[in-house]
Amino acid sequence: MALNTLERERQRRERRNLTLLLSPGLLWLVLFFALPLLIILVYSFMTNGPRGNIVWQFTLEQYSTLFTRSIYVNAYLRSIWVSLLTTLACLLLGYPLALFIVRQPARWRTPLLFLILIPFWTNFLVRIYAWQIILSNNGLINSALNSLGLPQLNLLNTEGATLLGLVYGELPFMVLPLYAAIDRFDFTLLEAAADLGASRWRGFLRVMLPMTMPGIAAGSVLVFIPTLGQFVVSELLGGAKVDYLGNLIQRLFLRSNPPNWPLGSAMAMAMMLVLLVLILLYFRSTTEEDR
Amino acid sequence: MSDGNAIELRDVVKQFGDVYAVDHVSLRIRDGEFFSMLGPSGCGKTTTLRMIAGFEYPTSGEISIHGREMSTTPPHQRPVNTVFQSYALFPHMTVAQNVAFGLEMKRIAKSEIGPRVQEALDQVRLTGFAERRPRQMSGGQQQRVALARALVNSPEVLLLDEPLGALDQKLRKELQLELKGLQRRVGITFIFVTHDQEEALTMSDRIAVMSQGKVLQVGSPTEIYERPTCKFVADFIGETNFIDGTVIEHGDNYATIETADGLKLRGITPRPVAIGEAATLSIRPEKVRMFAPGDAKAEHAFTLPVKVELVSYIGSDTRVTVRLNPQRTLDVWEQNTFSTLDRDAYWQPGEPAVLVCPPDNALVLTE
Repeated sequence: MALNTLERERQRRERRNLTLLLSPGLLWLVLFFALPLLIILVYSFMTNGPRGNIVWQFTLEQYSTLFTRSIYVNAYLRSIWVSLLTTLACLLLGYPLALFIVRQPARWRTPLLFLILIPFWTNFLVRIYAWQIILSNNGLINSALNSLGLPQLNLLNTEGATLLGLVYGELPFMVLPLYAAIDRFDFTLLEAAADLGASRWRGFLRVMLPMTMPGIAAGSVLVFIPTLGQFVVSELLGGAKVDYLGNLIQRLFLRSNPPNWPLGSAMAMAMMLVLLVLILLYFRSTTEEDR
Repeated sequence: MSDGNAIELRDVVKQFGDVYAVDHVSLRIRDGEFFSMLGPSGCGKTTTLRMIAGFEYPTSGEISIHGREMSTTPPHQRPVNTVFQSYALFPHMTVAQNVAFGLEMKRIAKSEIGPRVQEALDQVRLTGFAERRPRQMSGGQQQRVALARALVNSPEVLLLDEPLGALDQKLRKELQLELKGLQRRVGITFIFVTHDQEEALTMSDRIAVMSQGKVLQVGSPTEIYERPTCKFVADFIGETNFIDGTVIEHGDNYATIETADGLKLRGITPRPVAIGEAATLSIRPEKVRMFAPGDAKAEHAFTLPVKVELVSYIGSDTRVTVRLNPQRTLDVWEQNTFSTLDRDAYWQPGEPAVLVCPPDNALVLTE
């Protein structure tokens, strides 16, 4: 009986400690994440006033605009497409890179990983401006071409430049989870596959690829999510020639005259929906792996 | 063209940087035999096995499998299969998928794969485990999956890299017998790498003893134990006593040595010796006989006067350490063929004794 009370007392204290430990983080999340999200959600169902003010009247107009006007539909499709391309490019570049680092002698691995992280020491905007300098008409590449007597290439303000900037910026987020996954992989399994008659490629497809899938999934999610909502790279390297989701949202909130917060909010909510589906798929794939 | 040899290694060298992992090894492994490569870690046995499997290519020399030169054939094109020390089962596949893997790679018809996988699992007594994942199985079971996964491909040669190394002693003993029985049934050549001499002696038709990249001796378990040709093999397989001396006289297959103390001992010579050559007499602890001084049975041409120093009673045997001179002790194992509680029946520390070293039980080694 006394033991029971003691046990209950212990549990009660444990719960109190847990609450105490969690509350700062919870408070932060509620104030700066859940609440703003709720505001956006509410805004997305409101009417836009003539001077860009919010009229508190429920409407589904914003959402119907999103799914009917081609400028918005196209922005969605384009953003999803370019995010897929970026993810794929990061995967194709990142997998061999991560594999290469894992296969190096132990004393080289940390410095090599460090090299991948070094760009983070500089502000992302600064690095994108650096790309402008490299790609512009009288930039590094074109000067080099010029001095060789070759014709000038129009590199900056193209969709290729956008893709390049995105892949450049997101690659580390792909390499790190891939590194972790490949590092855990037992390479004896590839020998076993070869021993059982699998060529190198088949051994990779049947053994290494499925076993490093958690890393591929994690890296892809980490690259896809920020790319879908980005607006800086397409503006600074793509020249804002085509609209991506992020550019439209930014414009609706800050640049349009008058601004249209409800429509911008609806766009953001719709984008979240896409990501939510993706993340659910990701969690499903990883929990299956852990079974 | 195979001359009854499953595997032939001709002057095979494997260098890693400046290190000779395998140093001019030539071996002929006969069709259908259980062949072991035995040696301490780093002796080159695993590297040799990996070269037969195709995971490493020799720096120089040739490897033939059933008469076909295959030194640089990639592993997936060789008619051999490996059981890895760590089993290397595919953790994302079921047992059945693991076993089916090799057949799928060979593009065997689906309808044929099912029954063959079943048969292989039956063979290693894992019927009913087909849908398990490797991680849901014990070490011994995983080991058998690895065996089934290799055997299902009907390899010409099965390579086993210390497959029992990770198992506990009791399971090891069981699987040793099971493996030997399996090899008899399927009739496939087994090449078995181990550092456990007892394991090699129990299972093998022939053993190659390796050290520092070289094959020191190849022979049947009895040959390896009873007629080692060098000190390393005599010492590595079982236990032995070494007594150093100089050859003073020899015949075709025996020699007599004299120690620094002037003691004379005679033994068999596995390799020719010359008078005046430094040599070592090797005699195993169970092949020496020990008597009290003055005992009629101690009347023998080759005896050593000793003093009992340590007596360990271990049930079946009594193991006695005796002192020959201030620098040298010798081990004597006596089987307890009697049953008594009488202390006087056993040797006591401090007692003087005479060791009889029958020349037929001793070897004179020069290497």
